[in-house]
Amino acid sequence: MKYKEKLIEISLKFCASITIFTTIGIIAVLLFESISFFREVSIFEFLTDTQWTPLFTEKHFGILALVSGTFLTAAIAIAVALPIGLSIAIYLNMYAPKSFRKTLKPFLEILAAIPTVVYGFFALTIVTPFLQTIYPDLETFNSLSAGVVMGIMIIPFISSLSEDALYAVPKSLKLAAFGMGSTRFQTAFKVMVPAASSGIIVSVILAISRAIGETMIVAIAAGQQPQFTLDPTVPVQTITSYIVQVSSGDAPQGSLEYKTIFAAGLTLFLFTFTLNSISFWIKKKYQEKYE
Amino acid sequence: MNNFRKNKLIDHGFKIMGMLFTFLGILILIILIYNIVRVGYTRINWTFLTSLPSRKPESAGIYTAIIGTLDLMLLTVLFAIPVGVGAGIYLEEYAKKSRLSSLLEINISNLAGVPSIIYGLLGLGIFVRFFNFGGSILSGSLTLSLLILPIIIVATREAIKAVPHSLKEASFALGASKWQTIKDVVLPSSFGGILTGIILSLSRAIGETAPLIVVGAMAYVPFVPQSIFDTFSVLPMQIFNWTTRPQQGFAIAASGAIIVLLLITFIMNGIAVYFRNRWQKKLQ
Amino acid sequence: MAKETAITMTKIKEKNSDSEKIKDTSSKDGAKIVIKDVKVWYDDFMAIKGIDMNIKPNTVTAFIGPSGCGKSTFLRLFNRMNDYVDGFKMEGKIKLNGTNIYKDKINVEELRKEVGMVFQKPNPFPKSIFENVAYGLKIQGIKDKKILNERVEKALKQADLWTEVKDDLKKSALALSGGQQQRLCIARTLAVEPSILLMDEPTSALDPISTSKIEDLIFELKEKYTIIIVTHNMQQASRISDYTAFFYLGELIEFNKTKAIFTNPEKKQTENYITGRFG
Repeated sequence: MKYKEKLIEISLKFCASITIFTTIGIIAVLLFESISFFREVSIFEFLTDTQWTPLFTEKHFGILALVSGTFLTAAIAIAVALPIGLSIAIYLNMYAPKSFRKTLKPFLEILAAIPTVVYGFFALTIVTPFLQTIYPDLETFNSLSAGVVMGIMIIPFISSLSEDALYAVPKSLKLAAFGMGSTRFQTAFKVMVPAASSGIIVSVILAISRAIGETMIVAIAAGQQPQFTLDPTVPVQTITSYIVQVSSGDAPQGSLEYKTIFAAGLTLFLFTFTLNSISFWIKKKYQEKYE
Repeated sequence: MNNFRKNKLIDHGFKIMGMLFTFLGILILIILIYNIVRVGYTRINWTFLTSLPSRKPESAGIYTAIIGTLDLMLLTVLFAIPVGVGAGIYLEEYAKKSRLSSLLEINISNLAGVPSIIYGLLGLGIFVRFFNFGGSILSGSLTLSLLILPIIIVATREAIKAVPHSLKEASFALGASKWQTIKDVVLPSSFGGILTGIILSLSRAIGETAPLIVVGAMAYVPFVPQSIFDTFSVLPMQIFNWTTRPQQGFAIAASGAIIVLLLITFIMNGIAVYFRNRWQKKLQ
Repeated sequence: MAKETAITMTKIKEKNSDSEKIKDTSSKDGAKIVIKDVKVWYDDFMAIKGIDMNIKPNTVTAFIGPSGCGKSTFLRLFNRMNDYVDGFKMEGKIKLNGTNIYKDKINVEELRKEVGMVFQKPNPFPKSIFENVAYGLKIQGIKDKKILNERVEKALKQADLWTEVKDDLKKSALALSGGQQQRLCIARTLAVEPSILLMDEPTSALDPISTSKIEDLIFELKEKYTIIIVTHNMQQASRISDYTAFFYLGELIEFNKTKAIFTNPEKKQTENYITGRFG
């Protein structure tokens, strides 16, 4: 009978260890193909060339073109989500009655639950035409629409996590500020936000990480033209969108084109891993403050 | 005006702005859904649901996409639930506080933040190529299982943590073994929380497109998959495919498919919230 | 030769094939307990500083003393519930009917079928009344419905709860009142037919009427079981126990017949505690 207990424990341990195998698998797959890729393309070219044309006859392998697309859309997304998300968090924490908070929060969570392909459709068929009425020179595929819609999608990330951070600030600080005659606005921005800054920063970093890794919205609405640019009105291509493009196509296994998606994937993984690690480190370091 | 009045005005102004922004999110949600429903509503009928995709927008249907989604979810459930719940039980009940268990926790937390397309690359490298499963339902479901594993593990752990220690003590004091206690006391009590986590993770999996494209889900699958080694298509992929076509007819078809997908997603989330509330009340 | 067994939580070994069972003295009598030079540490903190004690079968022994003096820790040695606490370490011998329960070969689950425990706050499972009482039997593998019904009824009668619940055993245990829940927990423990009953402040969370019902119950149960009860309530100790042990800061200060402890204590500390000068 005791063997049964031990057997059960071992099976459960195996289940838990699958998570480790997953991480090892990700690193192994990305490295394996990337190393093979870098035998044919120099890392120097990869990091400094500003053109990315692996699928054309004249091939360039500058990841910067994709990176710029990724960061441009992410930046627009954060520009939208941060002010809105943070304002919502402050409003719910400091102004809104408790019942508001309870009923509204689930609705905001819904924004995060909508499949991203639906957001992509929305960006292409509704947002872009709408923006084109304001600015007729906006191209059909552009990073602005994609960025704005991505921003909408990540509002709950920032609002939810920031609100939790504000909630964790000891009430005594809030009361002290009110006691000195501050308005809620002043208390919010001079006392609460600075006190919750580590949590808010963590929420922003995680939102950036989410935006960088987003695929479908940009694949549908941002275009398939890798360009090293900061112009939000022209088509670009993100790392994620490129991977989708090649995967939908016919690149044979083992070909250079095939390997490019792993090199691009590795770059993406390094970015998000770094961001996630930074946010984890910040959370850990500043969590002790109020314990 | 003096300082005091100015501050009061700013305060009031911000309150209005905050309210607007909060409702802005909901407003956009409503606009989004309204527009899609308006366009796609006419398209939904029995033919739509039971037709195969076609090159002509008028006759295109989502039948294979729905079957594919169902098959994929069934298989994903088969892999992800035992492994995810098992891992959650191990971490919460067996693993002692050590370097190894901290490592496991950090790793899981990291995996939750990895972009879904990277999981696609993982699936491509390991399941499609290395194990030679090809761009099949098997590869797709294994990939999705790994993707949603962290969600299930965290939900399981939280649910187990909520079971009062006194119940476990009572069980041990009666001579029950560790596994008996988990099986007969801990799991029944944490069932609601675990179920909620499973439903939420599946609701996420249903909407995933990118990793499946990388693994090899096809956009155009004019047949119903017969075995787990067949190629397949899923609803979000079908939507993606139609969205990228220029013909207006396909945009309408895409709207119709989106309505179906959103309905499924919202219903699943609703069920999950319902179970979570019921379970939380039970704990009181 | 008396060997000192030092056991840490991580080294508890259970080998089913050669596990020793606690010897039954006779078919339904309480067991005799011998405690020799027992010491307990939680990491570096010494919670029990060397205690010797003999507990006679079919008696009620009360453990009294101020909070934090180690009575609960000491009680939990008898069914090895301390094993689950991080940093627990124990030295010395505890013999139930001659068997040392801290020897490596002991099967802890078997031990707990002989030594039952009732906790301070009633902790029935969120299951039906029947399932609660039958739990201990089912985990032993008893499946026969007839046997389960009989044992459940017997246990509920022994715990003086049968008449109140017999009409609806499928009702949830959580629907019972606090006092009823505690009697249910007692029934649950009795169903397994142990020879020793450990009770850790069983009535401190209950109202006076439920308390007196349970005290009557303990008096009845003494005929068949050896009972050890930890209590903060000195009137309770003097009412229901045959022997009393007074603990202070991890040491056994005095152990004697209850009447002697309460009318003529030998140690000044005992007298001070009993008369309420401290604690």
